[in-house]
Amino acid sequence: MTEKVLMCGNEAMAEAAIQAGLDAYFGYPITPQNEVAAYMSKRMPEQGRVFIQSESELAAINMVFGAAATGKRAMTSSSSPGISLMQEGISYLAAAELPCVIVNVMRGGPGLGNICPSQGDYFQSVKGGGHGDYHCIVFGPASVQEFADNTALAFDLADLYKIPAIILADGIIGQMMEPLTIPKKSGTKLPKKDWALTGAQARKQNIVRSLWLADGAVERHNYDLQAKYRQIEKNETRCEQYKVEDADIVLVAYGISARISRGAVEKARELGIKAGLIRPITLWPFPSELISKAADESRIFLTVEMSCGQMVQDVRLAVSGKAPVAFWGRPGGGIPTVEQVLEKIQEIVKKPDKKK
Amino acid sequence: MMQKVFTRPAALKDCTTHYCPGCGHGIAHRLVMEVIDELSIRGKTIGIAPVGCAVLAYDYMDVDMVEVAHGRAPAVATGMKRTNPDKIVFSYQGDGDLAAIGTAEIIHAAHRAEQITVVFINNAVFGMTGGQMAPTTTLGQITATTPDGRTPARHGYPLQVSELLAILPGATYVERCALCSIPQIKNAKKALKHAFELQMNNAKGLSLVELLSPCPTYWRMTPPDAMLWIQNEMTKVFPLGKLKG
Repeated sequence: MTEKVLMCGNEAMAEAAIQAGLDAYFGYPITPQNEVAAYMSKRMPEQGRVFIQSESELAAINMVFGAAATGKRAMTSSSSPGISLMQEGISYLAAAELPCVIVNVMRGGPGLGNICPSQGDYFQSVKGGGHGDYHCIVFGPASVQEFADNTALAFDLADLYKIPAIILADGIIGQMMEPLTIPKKSGTKLPKKDWALTGAQARKQNIVRSLWLADGAVERHNYDLQAKYRQIEKNETRCEQYKVEDADIVLVAYGISARISRGAVEKARELGIKAGLIRPITLWPFPSELISKAADESRIFLTVEMSCGQMVQDVRLAVSGKAPVAFWGRPGGGIPTVEQVLEKIQEIVKKPDKKK
Repeated sequence: MMQKVFTRPAALKDCTTHYCPGCGHGIAHRLVMEVIDELSIRGKTIGIAPVGCAVLAYDYMDVDMVEVAHGRAPAVATGMKRTNPDKIVFSYQGDGDLAAIGTAEIIHAAHRAEQITVVFINNAVFGMTGGQMAPTTTLGQITATTPDGRTPARHGYPLQVSELLAILPGATYVERCALCSIPQIKNAKKALKHAFELQMNNAKGLSLVELLSPCPTYWRMTPPDAMLWIQNEMTKVFPLGKLKG
């Protein structure tokens, strides 16, 4: 499939997963991502692959765990409250080093919140979410095309690093329709899954586990995980920069907020304000180094999120006091407008009077 | 010439277990591994260890195994079996795992007619955490969290999960056996073998064998008394026999 197709984000992502060689999809209904299960329930059986509507998100993530433990490509998708239920399983997946893909089409929270787009689950996704010292690779797609592309890449990176990968989309990315090219299977050479549970036929028993009772064993396991995380930080940090070079004010935003912020950057430039945009594509690993470098020149940062300020903490850590970091955001399903972001930019940077 | 008439099953590792003296897990492990040997399925079997006393079952059972979150084994088994229909998938779960925290997962695995085998160890108590009340704790039974004995008013009634499962069309075979005497242990092995054979023969649906199993430590009894307690008391609440299939 190389031609452009017009699809909503949820379906585009689902098709990209199928093209990436998805063996099994497990999910429980929740808005705003129900298009995924509906699409999978038709397409997966057509391909002779597995689709199960589970009894809960707890069950869904554990079905993913089971399929992944046998070396199959497995995924689930949900939205914020459902992802909360999955955190137990995600911690176990991270601990047992099982590759899989988890899609979160974020909605307003906390609690049942609403079904409007939000970015309130950033902390949950990039800081762990479940118990213990662990990370998942986290993508923050900003278009339907990127939602599909990130998903395809997520399967490869999950397999390569034996790690769960999360696609942190939001209700807009999931619901809106855009033209895209469905990515083909990458063909990337990946390590053989010789750890998988396939039956101990003419080989020693394989064990997939997360319990290490021997003295110091969990500590060693944690250091091994951390060494892997450092490798991922080194190799897999992805970020887009837009007009940052000469910018006096650098916006930092991901997902749909980055699309809105880019509009604001254009408007600001029309008004003579040198604005730029840093758009993290991977939220973990976070492009801290790049942001730190950008902070070496005298600039002001403005983080824009559909939350009360979560990623801004990572921006501040990266900037490390070298420059001021402002925040503007809307929580609980409120969507920022270009005008609102522009107003904030103008408030921060004194508007240059060209006519003077 | 001497003839060897009794030996350790090949699928059971030659090591000392962490189980308490008189615990039923040793018998149950051995029976399951004997069945796997006799059916020659070691090379295509995947086992699931629970959270509970049997969490380290993979240290004793020499088959491919996974250890999963508390109660979630039937969901994990579902993911495994659906993506690997040619493999034999079994979960080994205690009463806390299966009848308390994992109630939804076992009911729905049966409800979906998942083609898996479940070995359900019922010893009427949470063993690993120090002998707290389980859903299967009998009335009057003293545990760490029912110091005056279980009463219906304060703690509810013992939960008969096998009976619940047996009414579901997706449960193909449900039998309750007891590890309390030689004839009962022999019967338990027959039941386990049948449960695995059903899966091998692609009988659509879940097969489950509940094993009433002694926990002398937290019943505060000698191992022989624990066996007698199963025979005389526990079977009154959990009657033995085939519930389905």
